[in-house]
Amino acid sequence: MSMLQSIDAAEGDTIRISGDGRDISGVLQPSGEFSHPDVLVVKMDSGYDVGVRITPSMNVNIIAKGEVKTIPSRVPSKGKGLPRVAILGTGGTISSYADQRTGAVHPALSAEDLLNTVPEIADICDVNAEAVFSIFSENMSVDNWQQLAEVTADYLNSGIDGVIILHGTDTMSYTAAALSFMLGDIPKPVIITGAQRSSDRPSSDAYINLYSAAQFILSSDAAEVLVLMHDSPSDTSVAVHRATKVRKMHTSRRDAFQSINISPIAKLGSEGDIAYLESYNQKSNVRVSPRLGMEKDVAFIQYYPGMSPTIFENIIAKNKGVVISGTGLGHVNSELIKPMRKAIESGTVIVMTSQCLSGSVNLNVYSTGRDLLSAGVISGEDMLPETAYVKLMWALGQTDDVVEVRKIMASNLRGELSDRRLMQ
Amino acid sequence: MSHEVTVGLEIHQQLNTRKLFCNCPSCLVEEEGATFQRRLRPIQSEEGKIDRAALDQAERKMQFRYQSPSSASCLVEADEEPPHDASSEAIDVALTVAALLGAKPLDEIYFMRKLVIDGSNTTGFQRTAMIALDGFLEVNGRRISIDTLCLEEDAARKVETDGSEITYRLDRLGIPLIEIATAPDMHSPEEVKEVAQRIGSIMRATRKVKRGIGTIREDVNISIPGGARVEIKGVQELRMLPTYVEKEMERQQSLLAIRDILSGRGIEPVAIEVTDLTYLFEGCKSKVITSALKSGGKVMVSRLPGFTGVLRSEDGKLRLGAEMAQYARTKGVRGIFHSDELPAYGIEKQYVDAIRDALKLGPQDAFALCAASAAKAREALKTAVERANGALVGVPEETRDPLPDGSSVYSRPLPGADRMHPETDVLPISVPTDRMENILSNLPELPEIRIERIANDYGIHIQQSTQLVREGWDDVFEEIATDNELAALAARTLTSTLSELEREIDISQLNENILKAAFAGVSSGTFAKEAVPDVLRKMAEGMNIDEAVSELGLSAMSADEAREIVARVIREREDFVREKGKAAIGPLMGPVMAELRGRLDGKAANELLREELQKLLS
Repeated sequence: MSMLQSIDAAEGDTIRISGDGRDISGVLQPSGEFSHPDVLVVKMDSGYDVGVRITPSMNVNIIAKGEVKTIPSRVPSKGKGLPRVAILGTGGTISSYADQRTGAVHPALSAEDLLNTVPEIADICDVNAEAVFSIFSENMSVDNWQQLAEVTADYLNSGIDGVIILHGTDTMSYTAAALSFMLGDIPKPVIITGAQRSSDRPSSDAYINLYSAAQFILSSDAAEVLVLMHDSPSDTSVAVHRATKVRKMHTSRRDAFQSINISPIAKLGSEGDIAYLESYNQKSNVRVSPRLGMEKDVAFIQYYPGMSPTIFENIIAKNKGVVISGTGLGHVNSELIKPMRKAIESGTVIVMTSQCLSGSVNLNVYSTGRDLLSAGVISGEDMLPETAYVKLMWALGQTDDVVEVRKIMASNLRGELSDRRLMQ
Repeated sequence: MSHEVTVGLEIHQQLNTRKLFCNCPSCLVEEEGATFQRRLRPIQSEEGKIDRAALDQAERKMQFRYQSPSSASCLVEADEEPPHDASSEAIDVALTVAALLGAKPLDEIYFMRKLVIDGSNTTGFQRTAMIALDGFLEVNGRRISIDTLCLEEDAARKVETDGSEITYRLDRLGIPLIEIATAPDMHSPEEVKEVAQRIGSIMRATRKVKRGIGTIREDVNISIPGGARVEIKGVQELRMLPTYVEKEMERQQSLLAIRDILSGRGIEPVAIEVTDLTYLFEGCKSKVITSALKSGGKVMVSRLPGFTGVLRSEDGKLRLGAEMAQYARTKGVRGIFHSDELPAYGIEKQYVDAIRDALKLGPQDAFALCAASAAKAREALKTAVERANGALVGVPEETRDPLPDGSSVYSRPLPGADRMHPETDVLPISVPTDRMENILSNLPELPEIRIERIANDYGIHIQQSTQLVREGWDDVFEEIATDNELAALAARTLTSTLSELEREIDISQLNENILKAAFAGVSSGTFAKEAVPDVLRKMAEGMNIDEAVSELGLSAMSADEAREIVARVIREREDFVREKGKAAIGPLMGPVMAELRGRLDGKAANELLREELQKLLS
C-alpha cells in the first residue's frame, strides 16, 4: 500500500492510526488474503487484531520499528540408550502451524519442529526426526510415495525399532496402501499417523496420536504398515488400522479413520493397554527389499448414472489400468461393457470395486455382473477402491505381463482382501 | 481530586440468537447427551514460549468430560467440526449496541483465539472479536467511557468436579456474548449499579438479548487509593453490585490498616518454615486434627513473628487470617487455623501453649497451623505465609469469586495479558458502510424514549415506567398490560410487590413465564387482583398456578357464594350498619375483602356490599 510505503512501515512495526474519529495503536499485521486493500490490520495491546480502513484524512505514523523475533530452537533430548524410532515428516495438519499472512495452516518445516510437537516422546525413545518433504497430503504424488518408501526401507534396514510417518489425513490411506505394497515384508512396524486438529491448538489430537504411535511400536509385536488415529471423539484411546483396509470416512471428526470390512488391528488405551482385534504379521529380522515400481497410467473412475459412454471410452482407452468404483455388487450401465471388452482385448486391465465400500463385489449375481466377468473385468472383491487403484498401479509397475497382473490382483498380498466378513 | 473508590465494569450479556459459530439453538437443556473425554495441552506462542498459567493448569493433569446434548450442541461445540461463519445476526446486534453507545465499529472484524485451557472451551481457546471502540454513556450527568465492545462465545457449563476430572455440558458453549468494558470511571457503589443498569437496558433495547439469572454476568474491578486492582468475577445479581463494591472497599481498607500496624511494629517478611508438630497433638480432641491424623496426615505449623492481632482482631475488623486461609485452600486443604482464633475448634490452651513453647514464640508472635497430608499441609502453609508477607506491602492484586452475601473469596492471581492468536478458521468480516447505515437507520427505541412512551400509552406514573425499563420488566409489562386496569396492577406488582416479596422470600424462581401466568389468572377472572401477591408468593415457592390457586382456596367463587359472605358480614355488624347507614360501606370493605380472600376483586365486592346494604336498609 502506498501509504505504508511512504511512511516505510513494515509488518511488526508499532503504528498509530489517527483521524476520522479513530485513534488506534498497535503492531502492524500482515493483511489477510480476504482483506480489503485499504484496510490495515493491527494487533492492539489487548491482543485483538482489528481492521481499519485508511481514508485520505487519516494519519498513520510509526511509533516503533518492529524487532525481528527469532524462535529459539528447543532441540529435545535424544533419549540415548532407549529404543530407536524414526519420525518422518511429510506435512499435514499434525505438523502444521498457523500462518498469519495467509491466515491458514502451514506445514512445519524442520525435524525439530516435528519433535517439538511432542517433546515427551523423547522420554520413551531415541528419536531420529527427519522432514522428508513438507506438503499437504492432497498434493502428494506417486513420486512422493516412492521417495517415502525408500527412506522408510533404509531406516528399517538400519535396525531401527519402528518408523512413524506424519501425514496429512486427506490421502493418508492411499500412501499407507502404497507403502504396504512397495515395502513388502517388513521387520518392524511402520505407523502412519496424523491429526484432524492442527497442533497449534490445545485440543489437537496430534499429541496423543504421535505419542501413541511410539508407544505401540515399543509395546506391540506387530510389524505391518499401519494407520493410527483416534478411535472416538475422546482422547482416551486410539485405533490401529491395517494400511490397505482403512479409509477416511468423515471430513473433520477425530475418529474419521475406519477399517472397512475388518476390525482395526488393535486398540490402544491411554494407559498403554493394547487390545488386539485381528491377526497381524509379527516382528522379525527380515531385510526389506522395496519394490518401488508404479505405473502412472492408471485411471480411477467412479461410475454414476448418466455417465457418458464417450468420456468413459476415452479414459479407459488411454490407460494401462482402470479401477472402477461401481454400484452395488460391482455394476455399471450395460452400455459401457462393450468399450470395456474392447479395451481389455487391447491389453488394459480393468478392476471392479464397489462404491458401497462395505461388503464385497460379486459379479455372479446379476447378468450385468456376469457380462462384466465375461468381458474380462477383474473382481476387486472387498478391496477398497483406493487400495485397488494403488495396487493396480503397483502390479503394473512390477510386470508388463497381463496374466501376471491379473494374478497379483487376485492374491491377498498385504491383507487387502478378506474372505470372511462378519456380522460385526 | 482523589476518589474514595475507582471501579470499572466488564459486562457479559448473552444474546438471544442462534449460536455464534453454528446453527444450534442458544439454550440450556436438561439433556446430558453423549459424553466424551479430552485433555488440553498448552501450546507454544510465536516466541516459542509456553504460557506459565497454561502450563500450571496442564501440570494439574486435568481431564475433561463433556456432555454433548444434541438439542443444544453439535460437532462444532465438540470441536469435531470447524466453526461455521460467524452469525451475522449476532454481529448485527453487537453493531447495534455499539451504535447505541456511540462506539465506532472497526472496518474489518477479526475473530481471535483467547487461550483458555481450563476445559471450559473444547478447543482450548475462546473465540472473541473486537467489534467497536470508544463509546460512552451518561449516568446522572456523568460521562462514563466505554473502552471496548467485543463479541465472543460463551464457555461450556461446569456440571461437576470430581478429583482431577471436570465435567462440562456443551449447551452453553458458543452462545454469543457481548462484552462491554467501561473505563475505570465509576466512583461510588451506587453509581456502579446505575451504570450496569443503564448498559443492561441499552442492550435489552435491541430485543435480542437473553433474560434471567445467569444471562448477564459482570466482572467488577475495584481499587481504593493506596489499594490495588481487585477483580470480582462473574457477579450475576445486579442489585448486589453496590454491596460487592462496599465490602471490597472495607476489605482493602482493613488490609491497609494491617499494613500500617505491621510496619509500625517494624515487621520484616517472614522466612517460610514449616515444622512438623504432630507429636504435640496426642490426645487432642479437635475433629479436624483427629481426622487428619487418622488418615495418615500431619500437623504442620509455621511461625508468623509479629503478626498477633492482625490475623483476627478482637473487633473482627482485621482478618488477615481469613485471607491466608483462602489462599491455603487453593492447595487442596480444608483450611488452616491461626493463633488469633485459638484456643477453639477443640484445640485447647495446653496445645496452643505447647506450640508456642516448641516454636519459642514471643507474645506478639503468631502461628498458622494446618492438619492434612504432609505434602499438602506444607504447600498450604507456604502459600499462607506468602500471603501474610504480602500484607506488609498492602493489597495484593487478585481475582475473587463473588459470594451470595456480597462478600468475595480469593480465587486466583490476576491473569496476565491474554494469549491471543488469530482464529484462522473464521474469515475476517467486513463492515461495509451500507451495513452500518442500515443499522443506524433501524436503531431500536432507546430506554428514555421507551420510558415516556410506556408511561403515556398505559397511563402509569413516569417513575413506574422508569423503574420497569431500568430493571428490565418493560417487555413483560407490555405483554401483561392489555388494558389500563391491568396496566396499573402490573406496574404496581413489578415495581413494588416483587421487592416487598423479596424482603421475605427467595423470588429467583419468578421468571417472565410465571408472571405472565399469574396475570392470565387475573384477566380470566380465576382470582382477583388482590390475590396476586399471595399467588406469586406460592409460585416463588415452586407451585404452578393451579396449585397456588387451589392452595390459597382461590378457585372461582360463584356470585351467590360471594353474596352470602357479604350478607353475613353485614348481618354480624347490623347495629353498626343501621347506625351509619350508607356510610358503613367504607368501614365494611376491610372485613368483606378479608372474608373473600382475594376470590373476588374489590370493585365487584364493593358492588355486592352496596346492594346488600341497600336490601338491609330498605
